[in-house]
Amino acid sequence: MTLAEILASLFPEGHSVTVADGLVNGEGPFRGGRLAVIGIDGDTALGVDGACRLAGHVLDVVRRGDATPILVAIDSDSQRMSRRDELLGLNEYLAHLAKTLLLADAKGHPTVGLIYGHSAAGAFIATALATRVLVGLPGANPSVMDLPSVARVTKLPLDRLEAMAKDTPVFAPGLDNMVRTGAVQAVLDPDQPLAEQIAAVIDALPAEDTRDRAGRERGGRPVAEAIAAQVVREAAFG
Amino acid sequence: MSERIIDPATKGWAASWYEASARARIDGLLDTGSFREVIGPEQRRMSPHLPLFDLPRAFDDGMIVGSGRLDGQPVLVAAQEGRFMGGAFGEVHGAKLVGLLRAALALKPAAVLILFDTGGVRLQEANAGETAIAEVMRAITQLRAAGVPVIGLIGGRAGAYGGGGLIAATCSRLVVSEGGRISVSGPEVIETNKGAEEFDSRDRALVWRTMGGKHRRLTGGADAYADDTVAAFRQAALDLIGRAPAFDLATLEAEQARLEQRLTRFGDCRDATEIWARLGVNDPEAVPALTTADFDALLARLGETTHDAR
Repeated sequence: MTLAEILASLFPEGHSVTVADGLVNGEGPFRGGRLAVIGIDGDTALGVDGACRLAGHVLDVVRRGDATPILVAIDSDSQRMSRRDELLGLNEYLAHLAKTLLLADAKGHPTVGLIYGHSAAGAFIATALATRVLVGLPGANPSVMDLPSVARVTKLPLDRLEAMAKDTPVFAPGLDNMVRTGAVQAVLDPDQPLAEQIAAVIDALPAEDTRDRAGRERGGRPVAEAIAAQVVREAAFG
Repeated sequence: MSERIIDPATKGWAASWYEASARARIDGLLDTGSFREVIGPEQRRMSPHLPLFDLPRAFDDGMIVGSGRLDGQPVLVAAQEGRFMGGAFGEVHGAKLVGLLRAALALKPAAVLILFDTGGVRLQEANAGETAIAEVMRAITQLRAAGVPVIGLIGGRAGAYGGGGLIAATCSRLVVSEGGRISVSGPEVIETNKGAEEFDSRDRALVWRTMGGKHRRLTGGADAYADDTVAAFRQAALDLIGRAPAFDLATLEAEQARLEQRLTRFGDCRDATEIWARLGVNDPEAVPALTTADFDALLARLGETTHDAR
C-alpha cells in the first residue's frame, strides 16, 4: 500500500497528515479522538535534521497531555550515511527520536509502528522498532543489510547466502523474517479497513516487551528469551 | 575457540582501557573480587547461528554480565568483548544485556554500567541483533524512569558504532576516552556507500576528530572525558552516578532544544575544527594533541559542554 492509500483507509473522513522532505506528520479523527501519525515516506534516509523534526512532532503530542495514540508509518532507507551527519552526532538524534517515542509510550500514548515499505538499520531502530508494537503490511521489506552487502562483509558467496536465507530467519532480510524474529507482531490485511485493524492492535497492546517470546514461539530467535530470563533469575547481590 | 580472552600483562589500575579485555575492564572497574558473573563461560551459552557461517564461537558470545560493587555500592555490569566478532550484537550477546537491564528493574542497583565495545549488529544474526538493540533501548528508558542511572563507558578498540551508538545515547551518562569513538555509520560503511570523497576511512585523523572522544565530549555527546586507564574510567563512573538526569518530558524537551541548537549553530560546518572554533576553542588544530588535564581545563573554560539534556 502507498502512504496515501494507508491514510485513506485509516481516516475515511479525512486527515491533516502531510509529507515534506519525506517526513510524515499530522493526525486524523480516530475513535472519537485523534490518531497522531509521524513517519518516513519514499525510502528516505533518516539524518540529523529529519530525526530532530520527527522527535519534535512526538514531543508536541506528548505535551498535550492526553493519551492520543501515535502511529509511526515507515518506508525509509537506512540512516543517512554522511560525514556531516556523523560529525553532528547522528547517534544522539536517532536515539532522541526513539526516546521520545518510548517516553510517549510510558506516559500513556499507545505507540504502534507500521512498516509498509523499506527500512533498515539505524532508521528502523529509531522509529518503528521504538514503538510498543510493530505491525507490517504485505510487501514491506525491512532489512538490516541487503544480501549482496552481507556477502561482501561476510565474504560468503551470494548464492550460498541466498540458499541459507530461505530457512535462516535470523539474518535474512524481509518482513517474514522480522515476523519470525518477533520484531514485527503481525501483518495486517490491506483489503480490510486499517482503522479497525489499528484499533484492534491498540486494544491488544502487550503490557511488556514480548518480542523475545514471539521470537522463540515463531522460531526466528530460538534462545533470546531463555537467556534473558536466566539473567533475570540469577542476577543478585552477594 | 577459546574460553576467555585473557591479557595478564594489562591487569591493574594503570592498565589501558583500550588494550584491556572486557573481563580485565570489569575486574579493574569494580571493587576487588566483587564481580559475580551470570551465565559465565562455563555454561557455554554460545551463538546457535555462527556455525552456519563456519565461524568460531565464544563461550560468552562476547558479552559478560553480572553484579558487583563500585566503591561499596551495588551495581550491575555488562561488558562487550570487542575482540570477538567486533563486539557485535548477536542473539545471545544482546539477550544477556536485555536480561541484565530487566533484572535491574527488580534489583534497583545504584547503577547499571555498560562497557561498550561494539561495531553494531552482527550481520550473521542481523535480525536478532537489531531487535535486541530495540529491546535494550526500551529497557534502558524504563530503568531510567524508575530512577536507576545507566552509565555507558566508551573507550574500547571497537568503539560504539551502529546500534551501539544509539544505545549509548539512550544512557543517562557517558564516559569517553580519546580512543572511544561514537557513531552510527562507521568510516568504512560511509566510504563503501558514498565514496572516499565523502569519507576517507584511511584518514585516521579525520576519523578521530569526527567520531572520537574529544569531539563527542566537546559537543555534549558525552558527559565525561577520561584518561585511557581503568582507574580513570572507574573514577568517572563514580562521579556520574550521583548526577544522572531523569527520564521525563523535561529532559527530552531540553534534549530537543540542545539538538536543535546544535543544528543551527554547526549545521553548515564541514569539519570538527570549525565546530570547535565556534565553541570558542582558540586553537582548534591543537585539540587532538591536548593532554587530559589541558583538555579538562579547556572544557571548564567553555562551560556549555556540560548538560542534563540526555
